[in-house]
Amino acid sequence: MSFRIERFTPASRATAIVALIALAFLVAAPWLTGRANIRLLGEMFSFLALASLWNLLAGYCGLVSVGQQAFVGFGGYMLFALAIFLGFDPLLAIPVAGLLGAVLAIPVGTLLFRLQGAYFAIGSWVFAEVLRLSFAQVSSLGGGSGASLPTSVVTGIASNREWREILIYWTGLALAVAVLLIVIALLRSKLGLALTGLRDSEIASESLGVNSWLTKMTVYVSVAGLTTMIGSFIFLQKLRISPDAAFSVNDWTAYVIFIAVIGGIGTIEGPIIGTIIFFLLRETLADLGTTYLLVLGALAILVMLKAPRGVWGLISERSRISLVPVRRQVRFD
Amino acid sequence: MTIITLDRVSKRYGALQVTDAVSLALERGSALGIIGPNGAGKTTLFNLIAGTTLADSGTIRFDGEDVTRMPARRRCHRGIGRSFQIPHPFVGMTTYENVLVGATFGGRLSERDAAAKAVDVLELTGLARKANVLAGQLTLLERKRLEMARALASSPRLLLLDEIAGGLTEPECAELVDAIRNVRAQGVSIIWIEHVVHALLAVVDRIAVIDFGRKIAEGEPAATMASPEVAAIYMGMESEAAHG
Ligand SMILES: Nc1ncnc2c1ncn2[C@@H]1O[C@H](COP(=O)(O)OP(=O)(O)O)[C@@H](O)[C@H]1O
Ligand SMILES: [Mg+2]
Repeated sequence: MSFRIERFTPASRATAIVALIALAFLVAAPWLTGRANIRLLGEMFSFLALASLWNLLAGYCGLVSVGQQAFVGFGGYMLFALAIFLGFDPLLAIPVAGLLGAVLAIPVGTLLFRLQGAYFAIGSWVFAEVLRLSFAQVSSLGGGSGASLPTSVVTGIASNREWREILIYWTGLALAVAVLLIVIALLRSKLGLALTGLRDSEIASESLGVNSWLTKMTVYVSVAGLTTMIGSFIFLQKLRISPDAAFSVNDWTAYVIFIAVIGGIGTIEGPIIGTIIFFLLRETLADLGTTYLLVLGALAILVMLKAPRGVWGLISERSRISLVPVRRQVRFD
Repeated sequence: MTIITLDRVSKRYGALQVTDAVSLALERGSALGIIGPNGAGKTTLFNLIAGTTLADSGTIRFDGEDVTRMPARRRCHRGIGRSFQIPHPFVGMTTYENVLVGATFGGRLSERDAAAKAVDVLELTGLARKANVLAGQLTLLERKRLEMARALASSPRLLLLDEIAGGLTEPECAELVDAIRNVRAQGVSIIWIEHVVHALLAVVDRIAVIDFGRKIAEGEPAATMASPEVAAIYMGMESEAAHG
């Protein structure tokens, strides 16, 4: 029997081309737009990456974490520690921090995986709080009030401010692109097949030979490592860290969940759309103060009730389109 | 040489003794039919053999190895494949991908070999036309066929089939019987729980009867079907039906 497996569609090829063009513009952005926009884009990259990673855990593994700020904060602090104490180049410290975050995730995941559903969520939050309180005790990193990245470290990235900001911006872009590509590659791989199986029926997957624990652990550890790297990047961009900012459940989990929910949980496209919506809202409504938070909350509830699969869910249901297909199509010749 | 042996296997759910000291032995390459009224504990027996639930007592040996406490995925790797009476399709995947899960993780094949195996199985089970359809969109009958296809893709040496012939038309049923015979001809041992007795009789060499968690009869099909135990059960079922 002769057959082929197709993994691309015309829509996905077009998407790849559009994405490449967008990427070219983003690479050139420092010469196309001002400093404020570059900073904003850097922030968008962080949130896009965090939301894609959270979505991988919650939307594909059913692991609803409200404690991903643990790894964001850990990443920030590792960046500072590696640069200040060990003299690491900050850009090099990012992957090293990521590795440490992944290693940390192994015992943490082993413990948390004993908890089911809501208990897993609470456990993940408790772990983040433990880290926040622990780092507040480290007086050489400023204790509870925090620390700034020393000037010598900062000027080590690049001597003039303009180039430094461009390099940091490119780092953020590279990280966000890498995270998206890794998420896509993972979902298209054998691991993604196991993951989708587990999401749809754990009992059937196990009796077809899938190792549920190991599959989820692999994803949890990968997500933790990448989230840590994003955390390092966030605080490299801020140049300042404190326990409350580093382990903020509001910034690194609530907003991230908002993005994933609005965009569409369990889809690759969702977090991208969610990030754009979130930043549009923030940039237009941020002056309103508390009203802004109320609008976010109301919108999230509305979407959850009216379109549980998010904005992308609505679009893809109507148009039956998938820009980043992870499916396999059999073609009999 | 037996492929699977159950020795006084028991299981209870709360006060209900669902499996009551069941002993069974199946010769390699042979096919056993299991019949019995609804709620008798037939599916539970499969859950115990496949590792979906663990036995309270007794031992289960597969190919000489004690698998009583082994997790389901490892029993699948050893060569036990099962279909679920109530289908558990992976609704977010295509039919082909559903089968691919079995070939990849159960059969532990390389990407290339798993794809070839999956396509083979789709052909054998008549699901090739539905290869690219999301499993969530399959009809109940197709879902049942998918259950068998996924199990087959894991290259089992023992195949457990749980009520897959119900609701089929005569020609469909004949096709199914052919497919199962085909599998058996490749040396796969089979245990088949089925209410459609004539389909069962076309395949199996022996029949076991389960009632209230106990094995009340076992033997050559014609003799077992004619036994007083089976007659009593079916009479009971008929009078139940008359009352209902
Ligand atoms: N997980 C379970 N928890 C509690 N009771 C169960 C469970 N699984 C099966 N049972 C009960 O065990 C009995 C036998 O069920 P089952 O093995 O499905 O019977 P059969 O397949 O012969 O119809 C039924 O009364 C059923 O309600
Ligand atoms: Mg049953």
